[in-house]
Amino acid sequence: MSQPNRIFIKGNEAIARGALAAGAKCFFGYPITPQNDIPEFMSQAMFDAGGQFVQAESEVAAANMLLGAAACGIRSLTTSSSPGISLKQEAISYMAGCEVPGVIVNVSRGGPGLGDIGPSQADYFQAVKGGGHGDYKLLVLAPGTVQEAYDLTIKAFDLAFKYRNPVMLLADAIIGQMQEPVVPWTPENRDPHEGQDWGLVGAKNRAPRLIKSLFLDDGALAGQNQKLQAKYEAMKAEIDQELFLTEDAELIIVAFGSIGRIVKSTIRKLRSQGKKVGLVRPITLFPFPADVLLRLAKEGKRFLTIEHNMGQMVEDVRLSIRMVADSDFYAQLPGTLPTPDDFEQPILKALEG
Amino acid sequence: MTQEIRVTNYPQVLTDRPTHYCPGCHHGTAHRLVAEALTDLGLVDNTILVGSIGCSVFIYNYLSLDAIESPHGRAPAVATGIKRARPDKIVFTYQGDGDLASIGMAEIMHCANRGENVTTIFVNNTVYGMTGGQMAPTTLVGQKTTTCPGGRCKERAGMPIRMTEIIASLGGVAYAERVAVNNIKNIKKAQKAVRKAFDYQVQGLGFSFVEVLATCPTNWRMTPQAANTRIETEMIPYFPLGVYKDVKAQEDK
Repeated sequence: MSQPNRIFIKGNEAIARGALAAGAKCFFGYPITPQNDIPEFMSQAMFDAGGQFVQAESEVAAANMLLGAAACGIRSLTTSSSPGISLKQEAISYMAGCEVPGVIVNVSRGGPGLGDIGPSQADYFQAVKGGGHGDYKLLVLAPGTVQEAYDLTIKAFDLAFKYRNPVMLLADAIIGQMQEPVVPWTPENRDPHEGQDWGLVGAKNRAPRLIKSLFLDDGALAGQNQKLQAKYEAMKAEIDQELFLTEDAELIIVAFGSIGRIVKSTIRKLRSQGKKVGLVRPITLFPFPADVLLRLAKEGKRFLTIEHNMGQMVEDVRLSIRMVADSDFYAQLPGTLPTPDDFEQPILKALEG
Repeated sequence: MTQEIRVTNYPQVLTDRPTHYCPGCHHGTAHRLVAEALTDLGLVDNTILVGSIGCSVFIYNYLSLDAIESPHGRAPAVATGIKRARPDKIVFTYQGDGDLASIGMAEIMHCANRGENVTTIFVNNTVYGMTGGQMAPTTLVGQKTTTCPGGRCKERAGMPIRMTEIIASLGGVAYAERVAVNNIKNIKKAQKAVRKAFDYQVQGLGFSFVEVLATCPTNWRMTPQAANTRIETEMIPYFPLGVYKDVKAQEDK
């Protein structure tokens, strides 16, 4: 059956188009590989959509522009890659502290330092544990396909405004640079009054609104932190993951984003040889699908976490299944390009183990 | 029972509460100039205040406006985001010299150069006030601070930065003036400058900038009177008052 509305695009363009479909009106960017397709696309598309595009003087400034625009209750985003995301952490911490719903996209690359411009998942800790100063969390979404990059970008805006919290889309150079068919769609029935009950618009016929993260009065900062923690707890309602052939599996592979998708090919091959392997691919990295993993652990399954880094998400996997099971770990080294074959031996070894 | 009689009229947007500023500090005067300009131009309901880090971080307690706090130095970037999101609003930043001329140098330069249609009120008192009087980029040569206790040495710390001159050189700037509020005559000029800056924003002419030379008696270790005198004898000679750019005046010529 033909699908006339399918388009064949890169993940970066899918993210840009997803943001437009979500109704984003302000984009703030700065050049850095491998996400340059996004600001390049947006430099015209935002104006065509009646919005604004600014090539900022730095990633620091771009993130602070996002702070300002999102504080007006306007859907806005910034995109960058690992070293640039480090520079945005100041504003991200402020957005979390003063509850501003900015969307931040990290098309991550290898590190530390300047690293390389190839794919890597080494920004997992930075994304899910806060990243900047203070006790805060981002809602973190990790796409595994170009279609999912489009879909999750739309979801990122919905969740940011639902919780008044910054949301990060954590992709990588594989997702960003890979071309795949995408079925574009536009969400319907968006709340036309979104953001108007708290955003900055000028204090006409009402008390002024103040968006701030400074709390000096006795107990005020403690109260704000309690409020934020309650919000992070409530976000557990958004936990999402892909389960692939987990029912009868003896060994569960836990992998996210591009690696989750590549491992799936390995699993299909091993299944054809009768190996009982399944996959849990977390789609929300924060909040983390701990309950699903715990349930599988209680069923007696064993675990192997595979990441394109030196071992980050594996800590959350182990925390999720502690007292019941443990997880092995296989590192796809940053600076290398993974293929399904790379994971065959590590999986077979874990199966034997 | 005593009856409270207000002997001066001040704009409604200026809240009726004591400030946290030290005796003799010029922030209160600068706040009032902003309040008067917004009131006179009928902009209060339509204005968004972008605060910064320093003594004036609490400005939202004294001006009854929709407001946001920015990270240190980033107010012009935050203001850019707000103005792009809500182009029909009047947006201004209020920043000190440490915030604007040191950590926020990139943000102010590029905001001005892009010609963002926002206003910046820059209060230059030649020290980091909030943190206890450390050397600022505007500290005068020879001036003693807690991080240059022997006086600013130009060989070690360079020369103080003249911001209005720099801002005036940038393409997107509609208006740039340096004023002082150390005497009635200067306050009257400052009043006109702040008003003009906001008026230019209303007219959509581009970035407008007013530098206010201000006292910090506490960190200067001076009486308010001596601090006022220092503005005249030490600051104005290095930071000359006047209009450095005015696109409308240039058109008129």
